[in-house]
Amino acid sequence: MRHGKYPFVIGFLFAPVALYVTFVIWPYAQAFQISMTNWRGLSAPQWVGFDNYRRLLDDGAFWKAVQHHGVLLLALPLITIAIALFFAFLLNVGGKSSGGQRQGVWGAKFYRVVFFFPQVLAVAIIAVLFQMVYRPNESGLINGVLMKFGIEPILFLVKPNLALWSIIAVLVWQAVGFYVVLFSAGMASIPGEIYEAAEMDGATKVTLFFRVTLPLLWDTLQVAWVYLGIAAFDAFAIVAVLSVDGGGPDGATTVLAMEIYRNAFVYSKYGYASAMGVALFFLTLTFAALTLRLTKRESVEY
Amino acid sequence: MSITPEHPAALDRRTVLRRAAAVGMLATPAIGLLGACATSGSDGDNEQVAGGTKSEKNPLGVKEDAAIEVVIFNGGYGEKYATDVHEPLYKKAFPKAEVKHQATQAVSTVLQPRFASGNPPEFVNNSGEKLMDFGALVADGQLQDLTELWDAPSVDDPSKKVRDTVVPGTIEAGSFNGKPFVLYYVSTVFGIWYSGKLFKDNGWAPAKNWDEFMALLTNIKAKGITPYGYAGANAAYYQWNVILTHAAKIGGTDVLKNIDNLEDGAWKQDAVKQAAAAWAEVGAKFSDKSFEGLKHTDVQLRQNQYKVAMYPSGDWLEGEQKKDTPAGFDYQLMPVPSLSASDKLPATALRATAGEGYFVSAKSKNPKGGLEYMRQMLSTAGAKGFTEVVKAPTVVTAGSEGFAFPPGVASSQAALKAAGQDVFNLYFDGWYKELDTEARTATNELMFGRINADAFVERIQKRADAIKKDSSVTKFKR
Repeated sequence: MRHGKYPFVIGFLFAPVALYVTFVIWPYAQAFQISMTNWRGLSAPQWVGFDNYRRLLDDGAFWKAVQHHGVLLLALPLITIAIALFFAFLLNVGGKSSGGQRQGVWGAKFYRVVFFFPQVLAVAIIAVLFQMVYRPNESGLINGVLMKFGIEPILFLVKPNLALWSIIAVLVWQAVGFYVVLFSAGMASIPGEIYEAAEMDGATKVTLFFRVTLPLLWDTLQVAWVYLGIAAFDAFAIVAVLSVDGGGPDGATTVLAMEIYRNAFVYSKYGYASAMGVALFFLTLTFAALTLRLTKRESVEY
Repeated sequence: MSITPEHPAALDRRTVLRRAAAVGMLATPAIGLLGACATSGSDGDNEQVAGGTKSEKNPLGVKEDAAIEVVIFNGGYGEKYATDVHEPLYKKAFPKAEVKHQATQAVSTVLQPRFASGNPPEFVNNSGEKLMDFGALVADGQLQDLTELWDAPSVDDPSKKVRDTVVPGTIEAGSFNGKPFVLYYVSTVFGIWYSGKLFKDNGWAPAKNWDEFMALLTNIKAKGITPYGYAGANAAYYQWNVILTHAAKIGGTDVLKNIDNLEDGAWKQDAVKQAAAAWAEVGAKFSDKSFEGLKHTDVQLRQNQYKVAMYPSGDWLEGEQKKDTPAGFDYQLMPVPSLSASDKLPATALRATAGEGYFVSAKSKNPKGGLEYMRQMLSTAGAKGFTEVVKAPTVVTAGSEGFAFPPGVASSQAALKAAGQDVFNLYFDGWYKELDTEARTATNELMFGRINADAFVERIQKRADAIKKDSSVTKFKR
């Protein structure tokens, strides 16, 4: 039944492609167009060419945001993947083996569910939750305890050099669960024989992890890295709800999406905000292309 | 899972994951789409209704049966005053007209697309966190000129123009480059609020000059209460308002006029620097570092719990805190104390303005109806009804007479009376949102001890200069 295959495929593709073009591709194209105008959201926009981009070059807040994305881009994937790998290893192969089958630590099934909890919560709820956790006085979850012991409260979101890391901690906390599950799925597909053979040769758990699990998990790791990198370019909801003074103090936690939001919806500079959006688009694209290129390596077949 | 090397499923999983990553990459900078709402069709494809016949009852010439749509910001004042007072008044005057009512907490979210598509509602209460930028609306010709309304005979006394029934400064507050576009309806007085009960119990008195203020702060601190504080997380403008009010008292009202007009070096005027230095000291010695991480509701609640003695705000505070205020708390207003004997304005001087903005859309179907709605709002019945529902004074002089206000508003009204002619206002925050943002950030930096007064004025001046040079920003003068 080879003939009639293409009309059939096209027939199926038409609706989703049309939707995708209308609601994704077209708005993107429009954002490019708006970024070349001085549109303030109401009357017809005027064409200003690359003015908005030129202005971006001397916008301190923009560069601060880009810098923060740099920090996020390194810290978020590294920390999240490290923690998630550790947990996933414990949950899947960290226990003793029974009947030649590697087991997770005791209670693994329960932990797996618990780790996934943050993923189920809406981001805004997480941000509000952490407002309570970080609150700088006696009603804060952490500082309340500290102050009971007579320790000075830690001003998590207020100290400029601590604020961004407090935000990163929330992002990591929220992401870890998903990657534990992702890595668990990856580890489950690694054949038990390999572990068994390695163990017979006298490999310790550490060696097992670095010599067996990690190489065989490479593809999954790569995907995780791209996902987390993209998440590092977002972080809007957490910053908007959690940070002091919208990306403060004094822009210490601001991200591009926050600046876009501010320019579009506070200053009504939709053209300029779109220019920032386009810059963000290219940053994300470059990152994803680079990561996929750089991490390309022979995957191990088994 | 099978371990057959050629098993297609394993390969599939990898390819699928990789492709999924590629899709995710495309989907994420979704915020880039936000500007993507339609930019087309902006200039009204909207046909305006013809005027009606002018008469004594209908001086603006409203078409009797034309519908009007009213959008109310459902915030601190709620929507009841509109549905129970103003809309019935309009219905009474024009029984054949339909009044469509809508209330929202996010004005720009609801209305932005309607302005962009040329179909705005007649009458809008533009307020709240998500208000639409008045400056941008004016620059765009979206707002109806209110001159006709102010010159129309008032509802109660046809021999008196509407402009003569409101407190002085009302029309100026809503004017852009000398043209009235916005009706600010609620009389608002700014100052420093304290609990009458707390002060009385401890034998403290409100301070008039800086020495008294310092002594008061020291006494309160000795009691173990945080003497002064504002919320840095989202309400830093409450504090720049205090600093600038203080600057105006030190150097005269021209200090603020220069700032509003973006004059060169306006922020570097001596008065601003002195005020900033004085308040930086208060921030360093008599406040709490943790307040930078708190929202206004948090700090206001702490004041209600007698943990904070003084808090800067406008006179909406009492109504806003009604639920949390303990009995007998007794909100009282104290004007910002004077700095020295050489201050240009007396200690009683304060910032007062008309707040809560309303406008009529020039490109709506029935702008005359919108103007008439405002005229009804400004009648004695409209103003009295508003005050009775929300317990706040309006700009209509006759509306507040004989009304027993709660203690806080009563004290702010008394302070306003005591100030006499020494009442001033400032406008830059409504005209240039970016400057407001910068002032907020700089205020937090100053009050929580990261920069000094010189750096404070320096950085805001830099932003003011940048705005002055920016040709895409519409400039306003007063």
